[in-house]
Amino acid sequence: MLFRIARQIAERARELAVLESLDNGKPIRESRDVDVPTASAHFFYHAGWADKLGYAGYGPDPKPLGVAGQVIPWNFPLMMAAWKIAPALACGNTVVLKPAETTPLTALVLAEICQQADLPPGVVNILPGAGDIGAAVVSHPDVNKIAFTGSTAVGKEIQSALAGSGKKLTLELGGKAANIVFEDAPLDQAVEGIVNGIFFNQGHVCCAGSRLLVQESAADEVLDRLRRRLTTLRLGDPLDKNTDIGAINSREQLDKIRELAQAGEDDGAERWSPPCQLPDRGFWFAPTIFTGVSQSHRIAREEIFGPVLSVLTFRTPEEAVAKANNTPYGLSAGVWTDKGSRILWVTQRLRAGVVWANTFNKFDPASPFGGYRESGYGREGGRHGLAAYLDA
Amino acid sequence: MPDTRLGVRKTYKLFVGGAFPRSESGRSYPVQAADGTLLAYAAQASRKDARDAVKAARSAFAGWSGATAYNRGQVLYRVAEMLEGRAAQFAADVAAAEGLSAAKASAQVAAAIDRWVWYAGWTDKVAQVTGAANPVAGPYFNFSLPEPTGVVAVVAPPGSSLLGLVSVVAPVIATGNTVVVAASSARPLPAVDLAEVLATSDVPGGVVNLLTGDPAELAPVLASHMDVNAIDLTGAGPQEAAEWERLAAGSLKRVLRPAPGGAEEDWAAEPGTRRLTTFLEIKTVWHPAGS
Repeated sequence: MLFRIARQIAERARELAVLESLDNGKPIRESRDVDVPTASAHFFYHAGWADKLGYAGYGPDPKPLGVAGQVIPWNFPLMMAAWKIAPALACGNTVVLKPAETTPLTALVLAEICQQADLPPGVVNILPGAGDIGAAVVSHPDVNKIAFTGSTAVGKEIQSALAGSGKKLTLELGGKAANIVFEDAPLDQAVEGIVNGIFFNQGHVCCAGSRLLVQESAADEVLDRLRRRLTTLRLGDPLDKNTDIGAINSREQLDKIRELAQAGEDDGAERWSPPCQLPDRGFWFAPTIFTGVSQSHRIAREEIFGPVLSVLTFRTPEEAVAKANNTPYGLSAGVWTDKGSRILWVTQRLRAGVVWANTFNKFDPASPFGGYRESGYGREGGRHGLAAYLDA
Repeated sequence: MPDTRLGVRKTYKLFVGGAFPRSESGRSYPVQAADGTLLAYAAQASRKDARDAVKAARSAFAGWSGATAYNRGQVLYRVAEMLEGRAAQFAADVAAAEGLSAAKASAQVAAAIDRWVWYAGWTDKVAQVTGAANPVAGPYFNFSLPEPTGVVAVVAPPGSSLLGLVSVVAPVIATGNTVVVAASSARPLPAVDLAEVLATSDVPGGVVNLLTGDPAELAPVLASHMDVNAIDLTGAGPQEAAEWERLAAGSLKRVLRPAPGGAEEDWAAEPGTRRLTTFLEIKTVWHPAGS
């Protein structure tokens, strides 16, 4: 059944990619090359687990939990639906999924795909709606497990609301990832990684590399190259396959990005954007870099969830690690250096659930994803992700 | 010379940062044996003591989590060695605290010693059992490894004063976490004696911090403390557990809930890995392969 769903997502990839970009505002290049194929791969990977759960390390005959209530965000609508539904079904649970208020369309196509794959009625249920629907799912007494991806503030509310209920809970929440560039890093690749880290999906990414920590000795050169690269980014029509940066998902999100960018200026950081013509209609925000950022600035502490990069510098590896970990979050991090032993030394000390060495924002259904600390708990993907949906 | 010697009685104190302070509040409370006779006075830890204990546990975290798994295994085994040497004393403690016969109390102590040995052996196996190399679709070496969550608060079971306590503390520190444990309120003396064993077993100061007193006073402080990463509510009643879990949401702590129904766990049974894995974080690293 899950194999069928995986195949059908691939078959309808073009339609889903266009629909995703229309609904979300993300560049078609990303929905085509990342969102849709990753969603399909996620079902394909988990399909293979369904009849092998006894070998997954959770006992010889692990049981499903029952009904899984799942609430997902607007930044990767189809991909998040796949990350939630595929492991839940593979482990034998049934699902009630609430897509985000502003991006329900691809989840509804996915519902149709489930229907056409002959999934029995009631196994997957999709309920578009606002926060009140999510709250009703979370608090329903006949739901056995809650999986939520979204903001840390709402994650705390859910954990608090579920206290004493006995329901199993996994949370994938916000982040403020450090992307650490050492002076010996391959700089061209590092610049591409920085750009991908923060401008992928307009920065609407919980694991975005939103804090660039660059070694002081290389800071000028990295920033020169980064500014040059940013002037070549194309912002505009999400359905144009040459577009690098699409639209901001909603007015509310645009207001939040603007407010935090203003706070960056007010706190004394230096703001820079490339010359960039914003379209007249819709919600847009030019790629933005703040230099001279200190750890106390709001733009170094709070999740902006937009195309805004805060640049800080460091001198020693110890200082880089200390600054990287100086956040209540702990979802992801990046390290750029040519020295293998330093990669291992730094990654061992970073308090984050996913660490990318000399790369960034890579995802795979076999690779567990999830956070430390206030970025939530539980993992999605890989053998580890099954634990969230098994009574183990 | 009098022909009967007066025994030297012990003052039972807290165990924080490797030292044995009294409560900063100056309070103590009477501890009775199962038959109601007065055994001793125990320190009654305050909220400030709980915060001090968290601070000590945080300070000890870098060193303990950074120690090799082999080294942690050696240290935990050393605890078992020290406990074995004082088995008779602990049997008497447990018999008095829990009202058990000498034989049953000795069996509890033996099981507690064996539990330290069991977890000593886990320290350098848990990464292989819970880690993975992940076959991603690209030119990357991708691997996942467990790491300790950080500072873990533990509400120890109220009934099993030694075996239950060891069963909740040992798995937390085996993987490199540090711990602040609120001991059984009614039966705290074996816990304080265990602290004396830990202090002489190469366990670095601050790795285990033990508070005696009223969990209803201490647990809310620990559950809402922003520098505590996880909380084990094993010793909490159903209503307390719900309330403390709510407080724990303030910093998204990992929570180990008590067994449903409020009955105490069967501490004699083989523990499984849940108490190890609840206080682990899985870190996944992407490393490119290239020439």
